[in-house]
Order: sequence, then structure tokens, then C-alpha cells
Amino acid sequence: MTQDKIDQIIDKFEAKPRALIMILMDIQHHNRWLPKEALERVSERLGVPLAKVQQIAAFYKTFSLVPKGDHELHVCTGTSCHLRGAQKVLDTVYEVAGIRPGETDSESKFSLTAVNCMGACSLGPVMMVDGQYHGRLAPSKTEDVLKNVK
Amino acid sequence: MSEVRLTIDGKEVAATEGMTLLEAARTVGVEIPTLCHHDKLEPYGGCRVCTVEVEAWGRTKYVVGCVYPVEADIVVRTRSEKIDQIRKTILELMLAHAPDSHDLAEMAKEYKADPEKYRRESSFCIHCGLCVRYCDEIKGKNAVTFVDQGASREISFIPEIAAKECWDCKECFPLCPTSALQAAYVLARSFEDVG
Amino acid sequence: MQRIGSPEKLEEIRKAILEARDPKASSIAICAAPNCHALGNGAVVDAFEKEVKAQGLEGKVRVMATGCLGFCEMGPVVIVNPSNICYVQVGADDAAEIVSQVANGEKPIERLLYADPDTGERVEALDKIPFYREQSRILIGDNARIDPTSLEDYLAIGGYAALSKALFAMTPEAILDEVKESNLRGRGGGGFPAGRKWETTRNAPGEEKYVIVNGHEGEPGAFMDRALFTGNPHLVLEGLIIGARAIGATKGFIYTRHDSPMLLANLNRALEQAREAGLLGNDILGSGFDFDVEVHFDVGIFVSGESSALMRSLEGNMPEPRPKYVRTSVSGVNDMPSNLNNVETWANVPYIINNGVEWFAGMGTEKSNGSKLISLSGSARNIGVVEVEMGTSLKTVVETIGGGVANGKKLKAVHFGGPMGGSIPGDMIDTPLDFDELGKLGAPMGAGALLVIDDETCMVSLTRYFVEFLTKESCGKCTPCREGMRQMLNILNDICSGEGRPGDIERLEEIADTMSVASLCSLGKTAPDPLRSALRYFKAEYEAHINEKKCPAGDCAIEAN
Ligand SMILES: Cc1cc2nc3c(=O)[nH]c(=O)nc-3n(C[C@H](O)[C@H](O)[C@H](O)COP(=O)(O)O)c2cc1C
Ligand code: SF4
Ligand code: FES
Repeated sequence: MTQDKIDQIIDKFEAKPRALIMILMDIQHHNRWLPKEALERVSERLGVPLAKVQQIAAFYKTFSLVPKGDHELHVCTGTSCHLRGAQKVLDTVYEVAGIRPGETDSESKFSLTAVNCMGACSLGPVMMVDGQYHGRLAPSKTEDVLKNVK
Repeated sequence: MSEVRLTIDGKEVAATEGMTLLEAARTVGVEIPTLCHHDKLEPYGGCRVCTVEVEAWGRTKYVVGCVYPVEADIVVRTRSEKIDQIRKTILELMLAHAPDSHDLAEMAKEYKADPEKYRRESSFCIHCGLCVRYCDEIKGKNAVTFVDQGASREISFIPEIAAKECWDCKECFPLCPTSALQAAYVLARSFEDVG
Repeated sequence: MQRIGSPEKLEEIRKAILEARDPKASSIAICAAPNCHALGNGAVVDAFEKEVKAQGLEGKVRVMATGCLGFCEMGPVVIVNPSNICYVQVGADDAAEIVSQVANGEKPIERLLYADPDTGERVEALDKIPFYREQSRILIGDNARIDPTSLEDYLAIGGYAALSKALFAMTPEAILDEVKESNLRGRGGGGFPAGRKWETTRNAPGEEKYVIVNGHEGEPGAFMDRALFTGNPHLVLEGLIIGARAIGATKGFIYTRHDSPMLLANLNRALEQAREAGLLGNDILGSGFDFDVEVHFDVGIFVSGESSALMRSLEGNMPEPRPKYVRTSVSGVNDMPSNLNNVETWANVPYIINNGVEWFAGMGTEKSNGSKLISLSGSARNIGVVEVEMGTSLKTVVETIGGGVANGKKLKAVHFGGPMGGSIPGDMIDTPLDFDELGKLGAPMGAGALLVIDDETCMVSLTRYFVEFLTKESCGKCTPCREGMRQMLNILNDICSGEGRPGDIERLEEIADTMSVASLCSLGKTAPDPLRSALRYFKAEYEAHINEKKCPAGDCAIEAN
């Protein structure tokens, strides 16, 4: 991500310290993760200490401080999905891709995040792959879904 | 500033508006135990060992002395069976991190806290935040900060800032109630990480 | 839409919208909420639109992609109005048939109607389906009547009439009195009377005052706020503007989920439409009242739904609850008086203003009035978004609306309030939906996430799940909560894996007692509640794990030794 692009985003929010979270969200949205240089630039432009920017970036699970894989997997671990076997979905992802929540595989193909309630409880357990929902996931179906990701 | 009259452990106290219960208690020689409090820093209310009992308008509530402001006519008790039990549990939870801390051991004696009660944790840090807040509020450097949330929360130095600022300062080390080593350890490790 | 400069103009426009519409025209509402979307209904909507064109029915039959229609279990759901037919599990291939049925007033298509699972009998009308029959879908029912992207639709069903009344026919004091008298209680968890909170903010000194929508909905198993907000954004906005007027706020904030693209799109569009139409911004409807809102995202941590943490987050800070003993209604965002209410609480306001106190207070029990949205999930046969009158028995919700327990299992318990709530045993489900009754039983309503628990679910494991959730979703600032839950989780993990020891229950209770008294915010104070209710009603299950190394529900993997 270029500094120009980062500056554009910061300008959109008029470099207001109150918009820190919104700015980080926007950067993450465009870049899919938050590089160190981006945090430094935001700190400088907003006049917010770098430590605070880093703290916020590290606090919220939505933000990633490391590059993400090509495909984002979100497995719902909300109560309903939990009761309906979310753990098995996570285990299957681990078997197939070798990653646990918060991790990216060595080939940078998948990043896995565990999320709370995606509002699709009747389909539980649910996994979202690049924004597309997949429901009622038995282990074999989970495996198929992952294998079909190109 | 107007005067506020209240009772602390049976003693009449004439406090000034805006004082905390902790400050008011000190004026009459009542000591409330603290861990995360520091006179030079903003009240933090994190460790909760300074929890006391306040009776107001016929109701009893539990508040932290280092933050709660004095109010007219309230009755404050700084020791009771329930308060001692709370402090004991809080200390036991902290001792799971730092069984060898001198400060904690002293208090543990007073409250009969058992250092073996809960499973031992690997980090010494009890998250009082003194180092973090000192660096922010007094030094204005923000070289050390909290990262992560919930049970994974820990302190971390920002290598870029720490490399410039920390070696000649180290003023936060002696503030650590578990052992000065905690901050030092985390500081050193943060440089290993960047290689 | 053109700017609406007066209440008369608003009514004129409403009339024009209605006149331009053929009252006999049919509408086909297709649920476009995440659940049905996941089932591929994007294609379904397209197919219907194509079909209407192909059959030359534009203007006669209207296809609407709507917000959640509630019956998620049977999605994609299609509701036909005015004939009130409900089709379930509709696919793109069914479009042609349905469109022609609607256009020609033919007999409903048998195979797409809901079938009673016991008798197999088909049910034609929406309000005859057991899932809908016992509901009072006051707030969420409009989801089927409007396209959430259309302000015209909202005006057509009477939208912004309450705002107009509040601005021109009532004083701010009168609005406040109305809400106070209605006894509207907060829907976000605490059940605190909204009017009293409004009054505190109104009377608190401050150069600026703020009103805030709490759309965080971080509770796992809660999805009703999203359903309402996505499906009918103007309703919540209208309530907020009325509240601002009563309180004397000129600025509002909407704090909402960042991870729902449809919600964001609908919300932002609604704000734009309202600004353009003069319903938001300066001189609203020509009344001289100025008010605007800013949208902020929560970034995915449960504790940021707590009022003081939420306000810190709005300021661009860490969402750490504030240790100070001062209410946010007196000193909140930027230390100004700030009134925070839940999405559903705000949505009730226009209804109260339109229909009056008696109408609202006439529903429900003595101290819990109106209706309540419920996210029904877990092992219920029918999972979905439900709205019932307060005071409805849980039995009706679970058995009639929810269709009982799925997969032939037995009802063991119901759990309300997520990780800060509690469970009551299945044989107590005659209890009415009432803030105070449920609170007394140890299963406070919380935001309204109702989890149906079957007999193959272990209560120790469920408690463990909630505690683990909170160890990740709390801020970690204060000792009782952070360390207390860490150790609670250690003990519960041991118990679940057959390593429990005598004395574990007592140690859990000791931690729970300290947490509820000494924690800084409500998260830590109420985090032990699921444990407490489990020990109150299901202690034997804990003891079996510890003493006999057995999981009675057969849920925990304890090795036989
Ligand atoms: C940890 C925690 C999380 C909360 N999450 C929410 C939430 O997601 N939505 C909500 O409306 N209220 C939530 N609340 C309650 C709010 O603090 C606040 O009481 C509520 O928004 C007030 O609105 P009401 O009076 O209309 O219910 C939460 C409280 C706590 C302690
Ligand atoms: S109770 Fe928990 S969430 Fe609340 S301030 Fe303490 S650590 Fe944070
Ligand atoms: S000294 Fe008061 S909370 Fe730590």
C-alpha cells in the first residue's frame, strides 16, 4: 500500500484522532492487513502516539498485523454453531490447511478467523469463505468446500 | 472548595470535595491497601484490592477506594469479613503469577492468602499498568503498552521507541510490584523478537 | 426525494406515493437476510425479477428483496401480500410458478407451502403457521412490507408520522413524559426504564448532548437487532431523532457491526435518504430542530457493547470500561451527557408516539410492556427471529413457535442472556417472558437470545464455553475478571476432561463471589451468572463429572478409567 493511498484515507476522515479506528478499518479494508508503515503514518498524521495506535490495532480482533492469506475463512463459534459442531469444522480446517484461528498457512492460501454469531444460526455450523456462506457443515462437506476454493 | 463530612471505619472525616476515599482515609490514618495506585498517576481502578464497603441511603455497595469520590454522610468500612475475603481471592489470583513478589507476600500474610490456591501461570505480570501509565502520563514516551485483550492481555515494549528512550531511563522498573525484572524481561525479549 | 419542508408536505408526499400505487397490486417479499442469502437467494431474487418482466407484470406484481422474515429455518422464505401466503424453502426454479400464481390469483402452490411436521398438512396463510401464529410481530413484521432500500416504502406504511407529531404537536417534555409513562424498558440487557435515562441526560448540564444507538449485538446467538436494523433502518432512525428532540441532543451516533455489508449499505443509504428529504440534518421538516448522526463501527470485541467502553470507542480510544463512578447519561462521549439505547429500544419509540401509552402498556405484564424480539437458536426445531408480546410463556416460544426440540431429542433447559445470563431447567418453561421473573430465576432476558438446550448437551461444557468466550472478549483490565475467569476456565477444563477434584465447586464459587462484587464493569460482575445458574439447577451434573468421572449428557470426552 502506498503512502499516498494511506494519506488519502486519512484525509477522508480529516485526520481526526477520533476517527482512528475508522481509519484503521479503511486501511485494513483496502490492504487486508495493517503494515507497520501504515501504523506509523497514521500515528504521525493524527498525532496519536504509536504505542496507542499499536495497542488499538492489537486489541481488536478484526485488525491483522500480519499479511493475510489469499482466502479468508471465518468459522462461526457462536453458541448455536458451537452446539451444532463448530469445533469439528475448526478441526477439519486444521486437518486440511494446518491452521488454527488467527493463523495463515505457509503457502498464504488461507487465513482462519473464529467469529461470534454471523446471524445465520439455522444453518449452523457455518463457515464463510471470502464472504460466501456455507452452512450445515459436516466434516466431509467442510473438506469439499475447502478443496473447491481455487 | 467545599468540605464533605463522612465516616471511615468509625472515624469522622472532614474531606475536601473531589478527594477519593483513599485520600480521605489517609487524612485520619486509615490505610487502604493498593497495588495499581500511584499518587502521581491518574486513578486506574484495575487491581481492585482497595475495594471497600460504602453505606449510603440505607444501601451497601462495594467500590474501589482509589477512584470513588467522597460523598457527604456516607459510612465507609475498609475491613469486613466480605472485604477480607475479596482481597484474599484477588491476592490468590495474583500470586498464581508472582508467588515470590515481596509486596504480594506481605499482603498475603495479612489476608491469609494461599499462594498455591490456583494454577501457576507463566508470566509474573499482574497487569497493574504502573509501567505503562508512568511512561505515558509522566514521561510522555509511550514506549511500553498493553497489547491484546482479556486473558491474553500483556505488556509490550514498542521496539522503535524503546531503543531510543528506555536504556537511559528505566524509571518504570522499580515501580513493578512483582519484581523489577518483569519490565526488564519483557523489554529484552521485545528486542529478540525483532532480531 | 425532494426536501420535505413541513408536516403538511410530508402528508402530501405520502398521499402521492399511495395514490401512485395500485392498492390491488400484489407484492412478493423475498427474504434477503444472511440466512436466506447463504442459501443462495441472490439467485432467487434475480429469478423473480426476470419472471415478472417476462410475464409482463411490472406495476402489477412487485418483487421486493426484504430484510429478515424471521423463519430462518425454512429459508428462503417468500411472503405474498395482500393474500398473506407464505412459501418456504423457495428456489430460483420456483419463481415462474409463484409469479403466475400471484398474478392470476390461482390456488397456492401446494408443495411450497409450509407442512406441519407432525401431520404433514399444508398451511396456506402466514398467520396460521405455528411459527408465526403466536407471535406479535409489531416491530419486525414491517420487514415483509417494505424494501429496506426505499424511503418511499417506509413513508407508505406511515413512516416519519411519529417524528412529525413529535416535532409539531408535542413539546420535548411531552415526548419524554409519554416515553416515561409507557414504561418502555431497555431491550439491550439491563431492562432499565428508557424514559428515566432520557430524563437524566436531558437534565444533566452540558454544552452538547448525544444520543446513541447500541447496535453492537456482540452476544453469541443474538441476531435480532441486525434483522430489524437491516430490514427497517428508518424505523430505528426515526426513534433516535424523536429521542434527540426529547433529550435536547443535536448529535447522534450509531455504533454498529462492521461485518455485515448489507446492514451497512442499508443504514448508510437510509441516512442519505433522510438527509436529502430533510428528515435529518438542519431544520428537520421545517421545525427548526437540527440533528445529525455519525456511524461508527465496533471492531469485534464483546466488551465494546458496554456503555462506557462503547463511548470510549466512539472517541477513538480503547474500549475499556471506565472505572469512574459516574453514569454515561451524565458524562459520556467527550464527557458530555450521552444517552445510549439499544436498537430495539429506539425502534419502539415511533410506535409509542403514534399509538400512545395505553396501547403500549396494554401489552405484556405489569412491569414488562410491549413486545420483545427474540433470537431463537440452539436445538430448537425452528430457528429464527421471533417477536412476542411480553408475558408470553417460554413454553409457547419454545414449543409452539420453536416447534420443540430438533432431531427427536428432549428439552433439557433454556438459556437466556448469553455469556452473562443463565439457564433454567426444561420443566420451568411455564415462566412468562418478563424482565423481573426471569431475573429472579437466574436467567435474565439479556438482549433476547434464547438458546434451546437438548438433553445431549452438558451443562458444565456449556458454562465452560461461555467462560472461554469471555476470557477472549473482555478487556482484561481488572484482576477479578481477567484472572478470575482464567482460573475458572482452568478448573472447568479439568472438570470436563475428567480431572476435576473435590473442592473445585467451592473454588469456582469463591471466584464467582469475588468477580460479582469487585469487578470493574458489568461484564465481570455478571460473567459468573451462567455458572451460578448451572450450579443452582444442575449441580448433580458437576458432581458426576468430579466424583464419578462421568458426563451424564455424554457430551464431554472423559476417558473411561
Ligand atoms: C459486556 C457488555 C456487552 C453489552 N453488549 C450490548 C450490546 O451488544 N447491545 C446492547 O444494546 N447493549 C449491550 N450492553 C448493554 C449496554 O451497556 C447498555 O446497557 C444498553 O445498550 C443500554 O440500552 P437499553 O437501555 O436500551 O437496553 C452490553 C453490556 C455489557 C456489560
Ligand atoms: S470486568 Fe472484565 S471487561 Fe470489565 S473492566 Fe474488568 S477486565 Fe475489563
Ligand atoms: S489500587 Fe485501587 S484498584 Fe488498584
